[in-house]
Amino acid sequence: MRIRTLAVGLLAGGLLLTACGKEGTPAAPGGDASGANTAALPTYTVAQNVDLAGSPVFTKIKGAGTVTVGVKDDQPGLGQKDPTTGKFEGFDIEIARMVAAGLGIAPDKIKFTTVDSAAREQAIANGQVDYYVGTYTITDKRKAQVSFAGPYFQAGQDLLVRKDDTSITGPETLKGKKVCSVTGSTPIQRVRDQGLTEPSNIVEFQKYSQCVDKLLTKEVDALTTDDAILKGYAAQDKDNLKVVGKPFSQEPYGIGLNKDDKVLRTKIDDLLQASLDDGTWQKIYDATLGQSGATATKPTIQRY
Amino acid sequence: MDVLLDNLDLFGPFFLRTIELFLIAAVGSLVFGTILAMLRVSPVPVFRAVGTVYVTVVRNTPLTLVFAFFVFAYPLLEIVKIDYFTAAVVSLTVYTSAFICEVVRSGINTVPVGQAEAGRALGLTFGQILGEVVLPQALRSVVPPLISTLIALLKNSTIAGGFSVAEAGAIRQYISERGDNQLVALLWVALGFIILVAVLSFVQRSLEKRWSVAR
Repeated sequence: MRIRTLAVGLLAGGLLLTACGKEGTPAAPGGDASGANTAALPTYTVAQNVDLAGSPVFTKIKGAGTVTVGVKDDQPGLGQKDPTTGKFEGFDIEIARMVAAGLGIAPDKIKFTTVDSAAREQAIANGQVDYYVGTYTITDKRKAQVSFAGPYFQAGQDLLVRKDDTSITGPETLKGKKVCSVTGSTPIQRVRDQGLTEPSNIVEFQKYSQCVDKLLTKEVDALTTDDAILKGYAAQDKDNLKVVGKPFSQEPYGIGLNKDDKVLRTKIDDLLQASLDDGTWQKIYDATLGQSGATATKPTIQRY
Repeated sequence: MDVLLDNLDLFGPFFLRTIELFLIAAVGSLVFGTILAMLRVSPVPVFRAVGTVYVTVVRNTPLTLVFAFFVFAYPLLEIVKIDYFTAAVVSLTVYTSAFICEVVRSGINTVPVGQAEAGRALGLTFGQILGEVVLPQALRSVVPPLISTLIALLKNSTIAGGFSVAEAGAIRQYISERGDNQLVALLWVALGFIILVAVLSFVQRSLEKRWSVAR
């Protein structure tokens, strides 16, 4: 028995290293027809003759004819790469497609590039991506390095626990519990700074999926990060996992842009506002994150 | 400078953790690596085989894989529960020992066979010959490669940052989330390592001077 668990563990470890973040990625919540609310993804009309005078990034996009969008590839329901087809899908991806259409870029001219959280500012500043849509929380400090259009989604820090665990009902019940999140992420820094649990009970890995593994093997008791991300994992494994449902922070997700490109920022803000007004935003939500059964409140665009 | 001063609460404890990790793993690897080297030169074929298999397997395994084993697979065996810091120390020791072993063995090869034969003629046991005659000379002649291996260990310790040990390798991710410039942070981390390596180089030079063998 032990030999077998060891073999499984080794295999998992090997996969984990070779697959780079693809470990344990199941079908996106939107993929399978689970229940009544199966909404189809909206289609976006590609705008014609878009011209943004004074926007260096847009000039570059127009010159190349393609747009490079930075995204995440391991967040179910938000930004995920289907391991079999290689296609990206999720809420963030659809927002990126919608914006590209508004900028006059046909769907087949969008190039998605996976950029990890820690490399976002650099990728935007270096021009490796034209804009970034990937659970990117708008903060004042980040505004010093990049600029943000949006927010296009309002998330909040929450907790993912095992379904049978009734002892964790919110952040104040974390004392003495092992809490896991991604190395150095804002949620885990908040847990540490506010002393929600003892420092020795804080566990940090490179990927959320590694925390989910440890949660299922009972080596940790809670995974903490934004509820949008947690809902994706809970939707995948409804029998074993649940989201506590008491968000204790405000995480407005924005589209990361070159710091000096105010023209493009205003344009994307307009596009987001239009999608909120004409129901496209709601359709996108219903077809992606909404599959988990949770509702979302529409964000209010902050122009600055 | 701001990036360093604003985040001293990160740089201080995280670098201390790195040093802690390094010191414990260094002592562990030196001891275990020397034992492995002794196995590899022992007259008993089984011991030699064990040493050879260990070195061959571990030297060919990437360190991240060793870490992943101790952090993700080992707990499934349900033998002894270890925390993540211990897992990091064990991983680093297991890995570095294989390299230390080969360095020590090459040192043993520098000691003329005649010395061991002379020891045997005097009636010394294998253990005595190794411990009193061969190893002291062997270690003296391999100070530079030994320190190089330890420097590699120091830098390898940054992998622990990805496996729930808050050490210097994790600083960049913290800084990035705090919104400070991570490139500047990386420069400070690099400077920290240069200082630590400078200390090791100093140790190397003084040991070389003190221990030089006249032949």
